[in-house]
Amino acid sequence: MTGALIYACVGAALFVCGVAGLILLPHLLRKILAFNIMGSGVFLMLVGLGQHDNIPDPIPQAMVLTGIVVAVAATALALAFVRRLLYLTSKAQFVANSKSLDQTEEKLITRERNKEGDASK
Amino acid sequence: MSMKSLLNAVVIFFSATLGLTLIWAILELPVSNHIHLSEQVLIQLDASGVRHPTTAVLLNFRGFDTLLEVMVLLLALLGVLDQTKKRKPKNLSISIRLNQPYLQALLWSARVLVPMMVLVAGYLLGVGGYQPGGAFQAAAVLAAAGVLLNLSGLLPTWREPSWSLRLGFIFGLLLFLLITAMTLFLSPGLLLQYPITLAGIFILIIEAGLTLSLGLILAGFFLLLSDEVNNKKADE
Repeated sequence: MTGALIYACVGAALFVCGVAGLILLPHLLRKILAFNIMGSGVFLMLVGLGQHDNIPDPIPQAMVLTGIVVAVAATALALAFVRRLLYLTSKAQFVANSKSLDQTEEKLITRERNKEGDASK
Repeated sequence: MSMKSLLNAVVIFFSATLGLTLIWAILELPVSNHIHLSEQVLIQLDASGVRHPTTAVLLNFRGFDTLLEVMVLLLALLGVLDQTKKRKPKNLSISIRLNQPYLQALLWSARVLVPMMVLVAGYLLGVGGYQPGGAFQAAAVLAAAGVLLNLSGLLPTWREPSWSLRLGFIFGLLLFLLITAMTLFLSPGLLLQYPITLAGIFILIIEAGLTLSLGLILAGFFLLLSDEVNNKKADE
């Protein structure tokens, strides 16, 4: 077994850990972490398999570099959404009833507007 | 409860099966003899204007991908920016209450480290042409410096990003688009086909612009939202 295959196999193992975590863990922060572990596994597979006799192939390297940056951006966006959800529901979990979420948001918006109105008076 | 543990067992079983299948597939993967993309890259490397193959792929051969990637980052930033309006801000660094000696150590190390990180970013940008490095690595170091400054309380959270900051976010993309437009005039009909004599300087200009903008964008992902979220209790 060459070094390249070890990287690829570890990548596959990480990917599977991420999949299991994504399904099993209810907390959204953990889901985001699991998703990132999945991504890291895929990157490791791409970089591991994309080399011949320990000479790296520049194309998978460039792909993974692009992928890492996009993954960071997607994670940041996901975290921003989780924070919004936490603000609305005080829970970082998926909401079964999205209608109640809309109502909470409306309530908060009207409350903020009322406050602004009071302040301007 | 037993239903849940049964579900967990099923998920773990399927994940393990998937993992073993994947590993088996990797081990059985035939060594391909048809595709020699890396050799193509090495053959064309002299025409790319840089000496490092990964940089050549990122900014010359697949420059279009990198252009779109920057747009994806800006889209994500727009999503994060949208969230900043909806909260009452409170600086995270104030809420970290450190004892005075620890705080001094943190401030001191931040003040020493940040100029060094800027230097490292410049170095990474410069060496990208001929060894591992380049805009993305340099931008990551710059963004880390921003996060460090914010956490140590020296740089406030970007509550309402000013126009100059917003311009900084898109500066790299604008520069990239400008050069893309120039390539259309220099070699008509071919998008992002740099003339061989100018390729090196074009790539360096794009990378310098991207380092600044990507550093701001990546730092922005943290600094736009780095204040406390749970204002509800404070309100009531």
